[in-house]
Formats: sequence, structure tokens, C-alpha cells
Amino acid sequence: MRVVNHPFLPAIDEPDITIYVDGKPIPAKSGEPIAAALLAAGIRVCRKTAKKGRPRGIFCGIGRCTDCVMTVDGVPNVRTCVTPVKPNMMVETQNGLGSWVDAK
Amino acid sequence: MKRKVQSVVIGAGPAGLAAAIEIAKAGGQVVLIDENSKPGGQLFKQIHKFFGSREHRAGVRGYNIGIQLLEETKELGVEVLLDSPVYGIYKEEDGLLVSYVREGKEEAIIAEKVILAAGGMENAIAFPGSTLPGVMGAGCAQTMINVHRVLPGEKVVMVGSGNVGLIVSYQLLQAGAQVLALVEAAPSIGGYGVHAAKIRRAGVPIKVSHTIKRVIGTTEVEAVEIVQLDEKFNPIPGTEEILEADTVCLAVGLSPMTELAWLAGCNFTYEPALGGHIPVHDENMETSVPGVYVAGDIAGVEEASTAMEEGRLAGIAAAEALGCYTEDEAKALKQQVWARLDALRTGPFGQARFDAKKHILDVAKGGK
Repeated sequence: MRVVNHPFLPAIDEPDITIYVDGKPIPAKSGEPIAAALLAAGIRVCRKTAKKGRPRGIFCGIGRCTDCVMTVDGVPNVRTCVTPVKPNMMVETQNGLGSWVDAK
Repeated sequence: MKRKVQSVVIGAGPAGLAAAIEIAKAGGQVVLIDENSKPGGQLFKQIHKFFGSREHRAGVRGYNIGIQLLEETKELGVEVLLDSPVYGIYKEEDGLLVSYVREGKEEAIIAEKVILAAGGMENAIAFPGSTLPGVMGAGCAQTMINVHRVLPGEKVVMVGSGNVGLIVSYQLLQAGAQVLALVEAAPSIGGYGVHAAKIRRAGVPIKVSHTIKRVIGTTEVEAVEIVQLDEKFNPIPGTEEILEADTVCLAVGLSPMTELAWLAGCNFTYEPALGGHIPVHDENMETSVPGVYVAGDIAGVEEASTAMEEGRLAGIAAAEALGCYTEDEAKALKQQVWARLDALRTGPFGQARFDAKKHILDVAKGGK
């Protein structure tokens, strides 16, 4: 959910682009990290762990912990909290360490 | 041929920006390098008004301090390299080799002086369910609500009553989330009374001597079980309570990000009051490796205001060592900074940090 009403921070821009998460289109704002667009759409699971398939999501938000990595445009292990969205980006929930698929 | 510069500052947060500004102001050459795509470090998520006196920019919101610092670096013509993670510092015959990655390529600069201002990162604690999506650092939630303006969840349990836990709780309320409770394992609130009072007035229960027993959920946080602790921090059976929360924020301290200082071969001292192992440094913020300085959270976790002052100190000292200032000029400037730093490290909250900082200086002089 986006923080639209805030007591003193300025108004926010409307989403201006679309990204695709596991094939489903979601709105995003140019310049924001992928993880922000995901949270705005209520998506919190980024990947499943390699051994037990347990879900992981954004944790540190500053690119250190790598819990939020996903496969982005075919490239696995992209830190979604520090990687900006791009129009028509293909974001996929990552299983384990992921694999390189049709990297653009 | 490697590019040679007088100085490199690593980290463009409050400490690094202040250091770069001081070197540039003195007429020194400085390159500021940061791994992020925007400078400012964690200043832009700090939307609350700062404390201290006017010299410490009290009453100014953190992000406005960030904007001021960025304007100053621009006016002074500081060269800023963004999206450039530094991964190594090596001693060479003609200076310190700083290696970094930029646009997927390895690059390096040789500098006479290097200021490390890499900052800190949040600590985590483990409990059953602590890896579930929806459990995150309080600073992470703060970045999401204040910088990116998205809510990580709607019903939050905050863990830790230091200033970060108190302030982020209030900011979550401002962003439209509910804070169901703030739990604190210690028997008393850790942060400033003024921050605690704000969230109490807003109706957030602050549960001291309480902790999280477990987080319930299959793919995300669905509920949180909290429990009361006795004076030995053991859970008291029968006091469990289930909160219908979807998010848990951990505000349990920060640790200095000292990797580059270890790589550079700096000596360390253990200072629990400052977040852990800290590179030993002298009054000039210079480490045991000549020419390598530290400032901000890497030199001991404190606050943005102290980080800026330490950055100034390191910058002035580096400029002096580069010959931009005479000894007397530098001495006068450094004394002003030290007076402000001492003022920031007073009172019941500052004393422990003051003592730990003094201990580091003693170690630098050869003491134990």
C-alpha cells in the first residue's frame, strides 16, 4: 500500500510504468526500487530458500542481507531493495539460488 | 597508470559528506565514492527534527540536512562517484589503492588519504518465525515509508525501545500503519522520554520486560506471540499474548560496517557501547594505518549529528596532513568540532558513548 496521506511529507507521484511479477502486471514508479513496487502491490515473498523452500522477503532494505533477491529479466540474485524498476521489467519469485534464463 | 588523487572518502552519508566538504573547503582534492545510486546515506529517511543546539542543526528535519550537505558538496565541486561499491584498500608505495566496481568494471584510484565512512547496519535477533516475510529491520521499514512511501505492512509490532524503535513507531503511525505494541526485553525504556511520550500519547502500548516468543505464519507474518520476562530475562509461563500483526520491526541496535578497515589492516578495539569492534583511532580520527581515517558509525555507532562532526574532524585532519592547513589553522578548527562533539556526548544517554570514545583514544595512545 502506498503512503498517500502524510502529515507533512509532500504528495507522491502516481505510478507511471508497469512491471511484471511472475507474469502479473503491477504498477510501479520510475526510480523506485523493485521491492517498493512489490510492497505497494502487497507482495512480500521474494524467494524460496534452496534447501527447505522457505519464504523470504525484504529484511534490511539497504542491499546487505540479500534476503530480497529475485530473478529479474532472467538474471538471478538481483537485490530488489536497491535495484530500480524499469518499464516492462520481468520479475520472478526465485527458487533457491535461481538460474540464468533467457537473460536479456 | 592509475589515477592519483589527494584524498578519497568512502561513503556519502552524513559523515562522508561532511568529510568531503571539509577537504574541499580547505582546497584539497577529494573523490567521494558510494555504492548507492543516490548520496545521503540514511539521512533522507530521517524525517524527524534533530536534537541538540543550533550548531547541531537542532529542529531541522534529517532529510533537509541531507539536502543542505548535498548542495554544499555541489557548490564546492566535490567529485561524487555513485553506484560504485569499494571492495578493497591496499597499501602501495605511492599511496593507498582504493578498488571499486563501476558499471560492472573494476576501477582503482590511488589516494594519499582515505576516509572510511561506510556507516552501520541493523542488528537482527532470532526467534521462531523470524525469517518469515514481514519481519524486517526498523530502519528498513523507515526507508520504505519515508523514502519510497510504501507501507511494508499495516499492523506492526516493534521490538526495541531505543530511539530507533520509538521514532520509527511514530513514523509508522504518521504513514498510516497501526503499531499494536512496542516490546522491550529490558525493564525500562531505552530511548528519550520525549519520543516514548509521543507514541504513548498516540495510544501505542510500550511493553517493557516483554519479548517476542514466536511469529506465526506460513508464507508471511500472520500473528505474533509475545511473552513477559522475569528479572533474569526468562519467559514467564502463562503470560503469552497473541497479537494480530502482519509485520514485525526489529530495532535492536546497529553494528559498524568495518569490513574495509579490517582489509586495510587497522587495529581494532571492542567497545560494546559503540556497537562492537571499532577501528582504533586518534583525536584526528586517523587509524593505526597511516593515512586511513574513520568517521561516523564505522568509528562507533552514534547518531547522524555526531557522524557529521566526526566527518568534519577527519576532513580537517586529512586536509592538514595534505598541507592545506597550517597546524595552527587546523588546531583552531578541530577544537571547535571537539567542543561540539563533547556537547553531543553528555547526559545520561551520551556518557557511555563519551567514555567509550575516550577509551578508544587511550588505546590509540598505547593504553589498554
